[in-house]
Amino acid sequence: MGGWLNFRSLNQEGIVFAIAVVLFVAAAIGLPGFIDPNNLVAIVRSVSVLGILALGMAVVIIGRGIDLSAVAIMAMSVAWYLQLLNTGTPDGLAFTYVLAGVLAIGLLNGFLVAYADVPAIFVTLATGSFVFGYVRSQLITQDAVPVPQGHWVELLGGLRFLDVPIEVFVFAGLAFLFFLFLRYTKWGRYIYFAGDNPVAARNIGIPVRPMLVLRYVLSAFVALIAGLLTAASLHSINTRVVNSTLLYDIVLVAVIGGIGLSGGRGGVRNVLVGAALIGILLNAMTIIDIPLLYQNLIKAAILLGAIIVDGIINPRDEQTAQQGDI
Amino acid sequence: MTFRERLQSWRYNLVPDHLVGEILTKRWTDNAIPFLALVATLGVFGAIIPGFFKLSSLQESTRQLGEFSMVVTGMTVVMLGGGIDLSVGSIFALSCFSAVYVFFILEQSIWLALAASLATGLVFGAINGYLVGYLRLRAFLTTLVTFIFGRALFDILVTTYAADVQLSTATSDVLDFIGDSTFWGLSVSVWLAIILAIATHVALTRSRPGWHVLAVGGSRRSAHNAGIRVRRTVFMTYVFSGFCASIGGFLIACRLSGAGPGTGLNLEIMALTAAVVGGVSLGGGRGSVIKGLMGAIIVLTMTNGLIRLGYGTGTNQMVLGIMLAVAVTIDIRWLKNRHKVLNEVYVAPVYLKMGKTQSSVPGSGTPYALDNRLSAADHIGLGELEGPEDVILDRDDNLYCGTRHGEIVRFFAPDYVRSEVFAHIGGFPLGLAFDKSGNLISCVGAMGLYSVSPQREVKRLSAETSRSWTSIVDDARLRDPNDCDIAPDGRIYFTDSTKRYDAHDWALDSIENRATGRLLVYDPKDGSTKTLLDGYRYTNGVCMAHDGKSLFFAESWACRVHRYWLEGPKAGTAECVIRDMPGYPDNINRASDGNYWMAWLGMRTPSFDLSLRHPDMRKRMTRRLPQDEWLFPNINTGGVVKFNEKGGIVEAMGDLTGGAHPMVTSMREHKGYLFVGGILNNRIGCYKIAGADPSWTSPASYWGAKP
Repeated sequence: MGGWLNFRSLNQEGIVFAIAVVLFVAAAIGLPGFIDPNNLVAIVRSVSVLGILALGMAVVIIGRGIDLSAVAIMAMSVAWYLQLLNTGTPDGLAFTYVLAGVLAIGLLNGFLVAYADVPAIFVTLATGSFVFGYVRSQLITQDAVPVPQGHWVELLGGLRFLDVPIEVFVFAGLAFLFFLFLRYTKWGRYIYFAGDNPVAARNIGIPVRPMLVLRYVLSAFVALIAGLLTAASLHSINTRVVNSTLLYDIVLVAVIGGIGLSGGRGGVRNVLVGAALIGILLNAMTIIDIPLLYQNLIKAAILLGAIIVDGIINPRDEQTAQQGDI
Repeated sequence: MTFRERLQSWRYNLVPDHLVGEILTKRWTDNAIPFLALVATLGVFGAIIPGFFKLSSLQESTRQLGEFSMVVTGMTVVMLGGGIDLSVGSIFALSCFSAVYVFFILEQSIWLALAASLATGLVFGAINGYLVGYLRLRAFLTTLVTFIFGRALFDILVTTYAADVQLSTATSDVLDFIGDSTFWGLSVSVWLAIILAIATHVALTRSRPGWHVLAVGGSRRSAHNAGIRVRRTVFMTYVFSGFCASIGGFLIACRLSGAGPGTGLNLEIMALTAAVVGGVSLGGGRGSVIKGLMGAIIVLTMTNGLIRLGYGTGTNQMVLGIMLAVAVTIDIRWLKNRHKVLNEVYVAPVYLKMGKTQSSVPGSGTPYALDNRLSAADHIGLGELEGPEDVILDRDDNLYCGTRHGEIVRFFAPDYVRSEVFAHIGGFPLGLAFDKSGNLISCVGAMGLYSVSPQREVKRLSAETSRSWTSIVDDARLRDPNDCDIAPDGRIYFTDSTKRYDAHDWALDSIENRATGRLLVYDPKDGSTKTLLDGYRYTNGVCMAHDGKSLFFAESWACRVHRYWLEGPKAGTAECVIRDMPGYPDNINRASDGNYWMAWLGMRTPSFDLSLRHPDMRKRMTRRLPQDEWLFPNINTGGVVKFNEKGGIVEAMGDLTGGAHPMVTSMREHKGYLFVGGILNNRIGCYKIAGADPSWTSPASYWGAKP
């Protein structure tokens, strides 16, 4: 059974990778300026934040969950951090506040999913809405918060190594760390067990519930890192990103890379492949000058297709599906 | 009685603890929390917002409420079917745009605009339904994606056609009427919402497709096994949701005469929150349209109220997030723990001080002193029978008994080796009696009073009595009909042991010890059932006195026998004739010598008697210990007792070895033999009574010699 599944998911990953390569070659031939080194760096750069967020999402999805609050945490934590800095709070204190806030939301997500048995999708939908609403109405004063002059976040955005922006290296480093975590640590393997069959995992003595909490906390911290990098490259953070389709792009990257939504399979490599495809696609569409609204339509259609394919390749397991797991 | 015990008796006998458990068994408790939330929300916002309840302000909010509640009704139906529809906001917006496009740009009639709206909603709903119902994708993610898709489409359309709509000069009286006017004080959208809600409610609760939706939501697999077309049912719920959202979209098109980028924004999370706050369960099967509407009012009042109180951007999302998280958590915890809570609080023991009894120890010299005579009884049907609670013989000496399989088994005279299933009733046939024309009357545990004709036709005589005014749980239903006997005029007197527990939970009733047993009478002339006496601790055996003017009935957990007068100066009243016995009495039957036989199903123990004076201890016991470690009445020893017309004890016999008849629930004398049954036994005993009249039979004693 395991061999068959690996074969199938490998297959999907392979197909997606092949599509990405074909798309890349086609774009390189057909689109002027696509193959330009600057454009390639731009592709990797644009995909970095998406990929970092997708890493966090991947860990949650492998454990048979989903985190719809990731974008809200990403934007609102950083917005609050910058707001605190702008109003004169010392950097260390402000950062401690934000870390505590992010930790609290991650713990809340994890607690409600693990100990109150509420389906992840509802918990994170609700906390995402709450985080956005609370920070927007209580903690910050306008939609976009700028980075203070000369702050390290601004300097971070200017950092280059071999003409490649720093977030690409952060993405690569995080991807490597997640790879090590998922593949070589005990806790990483637990995620696969729990995602494949939570009841069986619990029966053999795996601490399923604390591990669940850990995943949501991890996802929240990854979102914070992604938010800092976004602010670094744009010199401000716009909270309207929460209402954009960024969240679905993240799910798209994870699902299209071959991480089954029913949990237990996939890994960092799938995220990389998914991110490559989406990055090339978005860049190509931008070069062709498709309006943003139509891009959204196309992305939604692709995501729908990906979910249908995922539903066919990884059908839901009625035996281990939870009540209310819809 | 010590002061401590007096306090205990007040605490546990006067405070009606049992009502908590009975209320929790009611389905309407599910509605109580959302209803209180509704009242609280309206109260708070009504108090802090000036003019909240003014007609003009209500007019505008109710128009919005009409549109919103339609969307929520659709969402409720989808959720009842076990799914979720997050695309309602997109459907709403697209339907609104369809109507606007047809009316303002194509300048067609308003009815065509309505048709376009509905078509949009139905097609969109059908796409959702196909993906979720037939392709069995995950409802949440799939509709989330169709939501983004629809939203992207709507944004493109709105930006493309916004200017054209502005320049259009199309007008319509119908549109203005729908958008602005009122009809009997309520706007069209409210009327439509009410009609839709009523129609949906009736369809869900009174029609086959509605039941199918609830069945699929309750248990998909069981619904499939029952032959319901699960996929089609799920498909239809999404189509219906699309339909509801499209009407809402049409109405807002009429109200605003246009469509903007804000149309239907955040509608999906609002509708979802409304349904969940109202108490519609995630995962399906539980909920109603009314609950959805209550949730809709709560959510709309909250969000509108906060806007009017001047809270800034984002407040709505914050409040929706909190409400959704709290409501979902409560819903999940409540569903998961309701039966646990119920199990914990349902058993509500009362205080009882049992009177001091005489000893039944062999050789103690009291009339109750047991001996070992029953161990010598011959056995009938050993190993073939399970649970012959009562036994009876007909005029042809054939032997009948009930079994726990719901059958009445007949053993043929003279040797009682051959047997057959005389009739299958179901339930657990307990007390038996023959009426004048030879019909076998039986009290069937968990079912009611039944009659089996000599031709084996089973007929239900009674399953309910009149309901008492103060009851919370329906006490009209007969829960544990236990024994019956028939008066000379043909009326059937029978007992219903408890109102609180089903027949198989009799042990819980003994631990609770609440007096809810009844004596009832069934009148064959008009088929009516009346309650004669109420408030006894497990009424059990019934036996007509030899003269037919009174009857004896046993009160098991109080170890008493009462006499109820049918005629004479004391008619209609009961008096206690035997009290403080050492055993728990069961069935009572006539003896040939003018006395009465009484079965003891178990013997009192000092430990259980003591526990009856400690209701707090029994309550803790039922909550904290597994059931097999509870302290029960001792039913491992019993016996047969003979008493006379005045209630004096004549003799007692038992089986001290415990090998053949450890506990006895019934005995019947017939031609000098005593036939002995036990509800937990695997045989019927046959004991030769020394010195008994060898020609006496029970049918002859009741109905005279053979005609």
